[in-house]
Amino acid sequence: LRADLELGVSFSDPVQSHLGDSSVPVSWPTRPQHELPQHLLELLRRTAIHGESNSVLIVGPRGAGKTTLLQCVLRDLQKEEKVQKNLLQVHLNGLLQTDDRIALKEITRQLHLENVVGDKVFGSFAENLAFLLEALKKGNRSSSCPVLFVLDEFDLFAHHKNQTLLYNLFDVSQSAQAPIAVVGVTCRLDVLELLEKRVKSRFSHRQIHLLSSLNFTQYLERVWTQLSLPDSFPDKKFAQEWNAGVKTLCEDKSVEEVLQRHFNSSKDFRSLHMLLMLCLSRVSVAKPTIKPADLLEASRMCFADATANMLHGLSILELCLVIAMKHLNDVYEGEPFNLQMVHNEFKKFLHRKSNSMYNFEQPVVMKAFEHLQQLELIRPVDGSSAKVQREYQLMRLTLDHSQIMEALQKYPQCPTDIKQWAMSAFG
Amino acid sequence: MTALLQHPGYDEERLKGVAEKLPCREVQAGMLLSLMGQPHQYSYPSIFIYGHRASGKSHVMHVLMKELELSHATVSCVECVSIALLFEQVLLSFFGCDAASLLPRSPSLSDFVRVYRQQSSQSPAKQTRYIVMEKAELLRDTDASLLSALLRLQELVEDNVTVILLSEIAWDKFRPNTGCFEPLLLHFPDYSKSELQQILSQNVHPSYSAGFYSAYINILLGVFYSVCRDLRELRHLAALNFSKFCEPLAEGKVKETDTHKLWKHIEPHLKKAMQTVYLREVSSLQWEQMQQMEEEEAGALRGLSAHTHVELPYYSKFLLIAAYLASYNPARTDKRFFLKHHGKIRKTNFLKKNEKTSNHLLGPKPFPLDRLLAIFYSVVDSRVAPTASIFSQISSLVTLQLLAQVSHDDQLDAPKYKCAVSLDFICAIARTVNFDIVKYLYDFL
Repeated sequence: LRADLELGVSFSDPVQSHLGDSSVPVSWPTRPQHELPQHLLELLRRTAIHGESNSVLIVGPRGAGKTTLLQCVLRDLQKEEKVQKNLLQVHLNGLLQTDDRIALKEITRQLHLENVVGDKVFGSFAENLAFLLEALKKGNRSSSCPVLFVLDEFDLFAHHKNQTLLYNLFDVSQSAQAPIAVVGVTCRLDVLELLEKRVKSRFSHRQIHLLSSLNFTQYLERVWTQLSLPDSFPDKKFAQEWNAGVKTLCEDKSVEEVLQRHFNSSKDFRSLHMLLMLCLSRVSVAKPTIKPADLLEASRMCFADATANMLHGLSILELCLVIAMKHLNDVYEGEPFNLQMVHNEFKKFLHRKSNSMYNFEQPVVMKAFEHLQQLELIRPVDGSSAKVQREYQLMRLTLDHSQIMEALQKYPQCPTDIKQWAMSAFG
Repeated sequence: MTALLQHPGYDEERLKGVAEKLPCREVQAGMLLSLMGQPHQYSYPSIFIYGHRASGKSHVMHVLMKELELSHATVSCVECVSIALLFEQVLLSFFGCDAASLLPRSPSLSDFVRVYRQQSSQSPAKQTRYIVMEKAELLRDTDASLLSALLRLQELVEDNVTVILLSEIAWDKFRPNTGCFEPLLLHFPDYSKSELQQILSQNVHPSYSAGFYSAYINILLGVFYSVCRDLRELRHLAALNFSKFCEPLAEGKVKETDTHKLWKHIEPHLKKAMQTVYLREVSSLQWEQMQQMEEEEAGALRGLSAHTHVELPYYSKFLLIAAYLASYNPARTDKRFFLKHHGKIRKTNFLKKNEKTSNHLLGPKPFPLDRLLAIFYSVVDSRVAPTASIFSQISSLVTLQLLAQVSHDDQLDAPKYKCAVSLDFICAIARTVNFDIVKYLYDFL
């Protein structure tokens, strides 16, 4: 049994690494729109083999699988020998190449043309790009090598000055200069609005939308496939037990409810992976099986309200100040307040209760107030804060009524008179 | 009771050492260990850890990294005034100073990723590399793409690297506009009162018993817990005041078990500490010196705020009083206060009920120089000629930041000012010249 456990300990390797290894492209799951990869593959093949220039945009929300789709297609493309020999790839990312100048340097580097360019100075971007493409011409000067440009975070390139990179790339793809394929990947559905008129007109308007049309049954299936161990796992007996455990989990009613909740908030695979990752982290050497409670706990962690967690750790004085601010908001309908007003409100409460325990001096209250500001639970109203004294600077509360009331319920050992003060309608 | 941390990828002895150094944080450490997985496996690309300050986030990370000897780079975003410093620090920790020198003059993110890829292809990661970034909220103020890029660094450099962000602000305030790769969110809950007691009691001085010290911590928490839950502050206060606590014991007046007498002795002292050392009005050194001195010699402890009670000349005091009255009284009430024969002003019911118009809550209002002088002349009892010395005193009050100039520097003929002192301060000043200021304030009618 001990040996079994030790072997079982390594179970988390394939499953966790399978989930966590985001750089490894998983196989494209069969979906109704399985013709998508074929469509893109065919397009890129035409560029690579027949020298046809193309441009396409892959659009879809975050975590929909755009990069995965592209990597699958590229992998399949590389299987053909002709493509492998001919096609050059340039991968640009909008987060890294924040400037057209940097982008050009990166293109030069990825095409291995640094030596060819040397110290030349070019008049314009277009000249530089034309020179690079010229340099790729084969020996008999008949045609140049096809180049595939992949632009991740395409919408960020649209924010560069004059959109020079995009204009030139699309221009080359429309003219007969050199066979290039431009594939843009973006999360913004309105990306075409961002393009200038001259850029938009040179774009082929070919878009691939990856809007998830997954239904709940397929979602559950995905959970099952991700969690179960493959047949290639070394310890057959353990794999059987594990898979049986996963089956019980999937059939559990409360688990299904929780998964339905997750499905309703977001259908994409990335958030599902995060949930399953958290669920698996509760499995350990001491407890090598997966139970429904693990998934429920993981779901609770995913849906936890961060602000409520932070409110739990406030000191009593800070909590009283938050309640005073809530009352001020209720009475004056959301108008901004300053420390003096909040302290005044708090003092009114203390007078009523005749409880001298919380009778702190102004500087101590000021320190608590500043702590709340550092936690960004209150924010200064935009305005000139330079000439105003600190106690009179106007602030707004970034919490809402329900968050404060919920936090009060969960607050450890909250004194009853403070709770009553919070519940009472008029400060 | 410390639960045992177990994980197949790491040495058991080392894990035991880790568990000993992390009291009350075993659950979080266990969670982190299982997320980190075995060293050679890829972990989740980015993890965001949030919790109050001094809740052990950096401490847990450091202990895990050091004890388990994981390859890591610790960066504090406060130090990274420019992102070049961040890049250099990371490359230095992972690949040595040769790699750091490969970065060009003012490197962009593109250069960093390029150099990293170069280096990692030469020396690929056998174990997961961790980049721990403290005070991550400061990353929001830098280039917008930096945060998004760091969250997906694993994908961009194609190496086994995980970025861990530590912050005290919730993730909702970090998220960029067009979204990003969501990191795994981990919360480090605040310590409960009993956990604080347990952690603070570990710093016991060897010559005293553990029970005695925990009684002291109990008293300290009783005074400060409702105001402050920060472990660092409490530890600092505990260290400063312990010698005073042991005083009656050293003098032989009480025994170790007489907690009531010890409490009576130390409580006023702790209350004083709250008004001075806790607020940093007085430095820790001054506090310790004050404790050494006898009670009669100590006298009033002059905190930082006390130094603002500078001795002003006679007319300056009246100018300041006049400025305060001009700031906090509405202009239409001047007639009632400062003329010999005035009519009554009626405070309407509406004004009485709507407290918010009380100027003491809203703050001082600006006033023109003429109004200041008019009030000044009626307040000062002797006849004063409007010489340059009076006007220069107004300027020196502005330099002392007791008055603030509100109008633009260009307007020379009609400057406007605002009074920047508090009610306590002005009452103290008014007392020195035998002037009853409360009688002249509209809010206290």
